[in-house]
Amino acid sequence: MTTQFREKLQRLGPLASAGHRLSPQLKEALQRLGPLIALLALCVALAFLSSDFLSVGNVLDVMRQVSINAIISFGMTFAILLGGIDLSVGSILAVSSVLIALLLKAHYPAPLATLIGVLCGATMGSMNGLLITKGRMAPFIATLGTMTLLRGMALVLSKGSPISGFSSDFFSWLGAGYLARVIPLPVVWMLLLFVVFWFVLDRSVFGRHVYATGGNTEAARLSGIRTDRVQIVAYTISGAMAAVAGVILTSRLDSAQPTAGAGYELDAITAVVLGGTSLAGGRGWIFGTLVGALLIGVLNNGLNLMGVSAFYQQVIKGTVILLAVLLDRAPRAE
Amino acid sequence: MHVMMRGITKAFGPVRVLEGVDFSVSGGEIHALMGENGAGKSTLLKILSGSSSADSGQILIDGTQVYIRSTGDASSHGIAIIHQELNLIPQMSVADNLFLGRERSRLGVLERARMRREAADWLSRVGASHIDPDQEAGMLSIGRQQLIEIATALSRDSKVLIMDEPTASLTEHEIEALFSIIGNLRARGVAIVYVSHRLEEIFRICDRISVLRDGHFVGERRIPETSFDEVVKMMVGRDLHDRFPRRDVHPGPVRLKVENLADEGRIRDVGFEVRAGEVLGIAGLIGAGRTRILRTLFGVDRRTAGQVSLDGVTLAIRSPGDAISAGIGFVTEDRKRQGLVQGLSVRENASLVHLDEYEYARTGIVRSRAERAAVRELIDELHIRTRDSELEVRALSGGNQQKVVFAKWLAQTPRVLLLDEPTRGVDVGGKSEIYQIINRLAARGTAIVMVSSELPEVLQMSDRILVMREGRQAGIFDAQSTSQEQIMAAATEGLRI
Repeated sequence: MTTQFREKLQRLGPLASAGHRLSPQLKEALQRLGPLIALLALCVALAFLSSDFLSVGNVLDVMRQVSINAIISFGMTFAILLGGIDLSVGSILAVSSVLIALLLKAHYPAPLATLIGVLCGATMGSMNGLLITKGRMAPFIATLGTMTLLRGMALVLSKGSPISGFSSDFFSWLGAGYLARVIPLPVVWMLLLFVVFWFVLDRSVFGRHVYATGGNTEAARLSGIRTDRVQIVAYTISGAMAAVAGVILTSRLDSAQPTAGAGYELDAITAVVLGGTSLAGGRGWIFGTLVGALLIGVLNNGLNLMGVSAFYQQVIKGTVILLAVLLDRAPRAE
Repeated sequence: MHVMMRGITKAFGPVRVLEGVDFSVSGGEIHALMGENGAGKSTLLKILSGSSSADSGQILIDGTQVYIRSTGDASSHGIAIIHQELNLIPQMSVADNLFLGRERSRLGVLERARMRREAADWLSRVGASHIDPDQEAGMLSIGRQQLIEIATALSRDSKVLIMDEPTASLTEHEIEALFSIIGNLRARGVAIVYVSHRLEEIFRICDRISVLRDGHFVGERRIPETSFDEVVKMMVGRDLHDRFPRRDVHPGPVRLKVENLADEGRIRDVGFEVRAGEVLGIAGLIGAGRTRILRTLFGVDRRTAGQVSLDGVTLAIRSPGDAISAGIGFVTEDRKRQGLVQGLSVRENASLVHLDEYEYARTGIVRSRAERAAVRELIDELHIRTRDSELEVRALSGGNQQKVVFAKWLAQTPRVLLLDEPTRGVDVGGKSEIYQIINRLAARGTAIVMVSSELPEVLQMSDRILVMREGRQAGIFDAQSTSQEQIMAAATEGLRI
């Protein structure tokens, strides 16, 4: 660069930075709502491109397809807010699913079988929490281990083959039923859990402790917060949500597959990160996760409606993820 | 070499942090740059060292204008900065750190032996020949790591060395060593820009002082021709009559009684009493076990022997939670790492400890309105300067952040408050406010135990002073009738340093 040019740049400095004069509150709000804005923009675009997109049937369809990933992602949000990760959710889903199927086949009452399945998911989650806190393992490694171990368990329990045909009205209602004949029940569960977790994170002492522990474990501990317990509870929630997703999946398919849920952990992580929750922990919100999950679902749906080939769908989805994270970073670089 | 910054102006958005500031430093002098937090010191130094750029103004080296647009530019003009938080890669060896980014190599293959040899040579020039170039940098003490950075700066042929709070984490012994090295550098014609909050230090080693206030250059003084009072007045903008405000409290009955306290090997046989409304200072060298006492009392470190009683009741504290329910608070030493959750708001940090006070009848649900009201009161009471309680705490100045740490513990007046370096990194004005907070707490009957490395602070703020030496108690002195020298003597007696 020549000297004159540099001098010019220096003089232009104040002008060039005029774009940064947005008030910090507005900037933060824009940034937080970024994923939502992207979701709305995508919906508007798809509404123009495909006349079917905005039909009630299609919207509810998308929400139903999203529900399983969204529910797993709610649990994952807790792990990620703590600066951790839970790779074992897909395997927990499979174990719970196989366990419920076996209980149903053994003629346990369906509500009891379901409850046992979810509690089993919670227990596996708390095992993760114990390995991470008391065993002092990195969350990535601990849950990588349980991911493999539990996948094996699912295969052992089911002897490697699917278990199908439960002939329980209650159980098939859970995943395939409707509220008021229009709203698929999985969507209801998803929205219900969303409200509960929004409340927990935003309004409860436990939620505040999650943010504090994720933001600075040492400071939280010295403020009297039992950070180990916070982590164990968080991973328990994550495990329980994976099991709930397992219930819905098993019910809809009327079949438990030992290989179900493989790769679901990555979809959940994607939803959480798209929603603006920081992988470093301490920053994020459950609303973002819901939006992130919807964003993936809408994108899938739109690409299908437009008849894009499955190969290109992957390319586009990957690009969207990278773009979303890039846009999220840009204002923070300041 | 003579470096001159002229009319430097810099704004972040609408906020002008520097307004036509002049600053110059010449080879062979130590020039202190002073000012309260937020006065613009760091921005000015960032501009000089190339990690930020000025909106307008000039930098001249030996009368010729230069343009410093990157740290690389600064380095090629011979300007180096040593940050308060050191920049070494802890897993790499000393020699690898020293040559980071300009590794000696032939045909792309590292010349390890040569780097090791040259590193040893540079280290010996800063009186650090005792450091092994092969050692992992992270294993060394902070003082030694700093020497590596100084050696690195010299090896890059630096003529101007900027040092930001270099003594903040050093032991007395390391400080002495550092001062003699700085003295040597000056004798060899290096220009040194020295930033510190410690007035005593600056008057001891510097030649000139420049003072900034609110982004403006206030003035420059030669050291022997000025006084503490004048410099403080320049920084604060008003007379600060008492750096240490007086406390008029008659201590009440014994609050905290500690007998034969020991932990897993760092402290032994520590015993003292603190009365309600009394301040017990704890002095000693770094590593003498001062912080350990506080951590053990608070249940962070395990107590292996001894008895602790509060208002006559024996306590069995096993975790910070136990300590908090007993009415003990702990203002930790390191705001960033231990005191605050930087990503949370002022409100969320201030209510972190006593959040359950604002619960709806033990449901685990927070009453936001009660929380907000309580935090607003704390902000007023402690004079925390923040636009908004929803602001992230990292946006506040050091002094105000420290007041937020105090606020965490004051939602309920604590029976005992443990303070670890309560004014570290806080500027003169902020310090005086924190002293007032301490005095008000004492007046309300809180028993205060304060660890501090700043002897004037310990002497002026405490009623009695416990001196630690190598994990043992070297004695308890009455603050009124003891001098700094007596305390240092007690802290170092029989030690080889």
